Amino acid sequence: MSLLLACLSGLIFGLGLLLSGMSNPAKVQGFLDISGAWDPSLAFTMAGAIGVAMPFFFWARQRSRTWLGLPLALPVSARVDRRLVFGSVLFGIGWGLSGICPGPALVGLGGGFLPAMVFVAGFCGGILAFNRRSRSTGDA
Amino acid sequence: MIIDWPHFTPWSALAGGGLIGLAAALLLTGLGRIAGISGIFAGLLQPFAAENRWRWAFFLGLLFSPWLLRTLRPGQPAFPDADITAPGQWLLLLVAGVLVGYGTRMANGCTSGHGVCGLARLSPRSLVAVLVFMGSAMLTVALLRHLPGGVS
Repeated sequence: MSLLLACLSGLIFGLGLLLSGMSNPAKVQGFLDISGAWDPSLAFTMAGAIGVAMPFFFWARQRSRTWLGLPLALPVSARVDRRLVFGSVLFGIGWGLSGICPGPALVGLGGGFLPAMVFVAGFCGGILAFNRRSRSTGDA
Repeated sequence: MIIDWPHFTPWSALAGGGLIGLAAALLLTGLGRIAGISGIFAGLLQPFAAENRWRWAFFLGLLFSPWLLRTLRPGQPAFPDADITAPGQWLLLLVAGVLVGYGTRMANGCTSGHGVCGLARLSPRSLVAVLVFMGSAMLTVALLRHLPGGVS
């Protein structure tokens, strides 16, 4: 049951990315290009996603188990540190260069969208490089 | 600031966003997990990580979503035409992928985990992450497009 639900969530998430235009790199770069001709569409996507999800996060805050009886695991870290900021800077540069972030990359991989497939090769490399570095420095 | 009206699609953008929010709500209220895609995918690259079963299920759903869209909306392509012919474009995409992979692990989240779920639960940590990666991405596009000799 829970696996079916996770699969359904992935399917709906991907459909949302496709429908909104998040999976179109040119659309994303048009949204990020505030100094040129700006396409604000994807601000509506963020607002729609946050608006729908927010009441459920409030619901979850008052509970310890889900309606499937599983434990609710919300992030506990509230730390704003150099790692958060520096990592987000790097992510932003890669997102701006390509117009692709992780969700649309995986949706594109599934749909045979060549730019996303090339991106995912680098994405895997970046994740593995980070894991290797944090193992060697003992960082979590 | 100039608005690019011909490309402005508020309704499909809003509807797509609603679906993304719904998907995050399903995962949260059913499985008790955050729909953070960089974290889910990074878990799959560690083959023996605990609780990878639901991550695989979610990942499969994402992979099959273009197929679902093509079924629901036949005759319309799920993705734009993309010719990557110049070696420079391949390299750019690869480098961008590396930066996104490394950066999202370092910051523990991306547009979905920090952007959608983090902001929906009013996490100050996620708000900082979102402001930083949006700012960094906007600056990158500005340099890429409007610097003399920029690529597009």
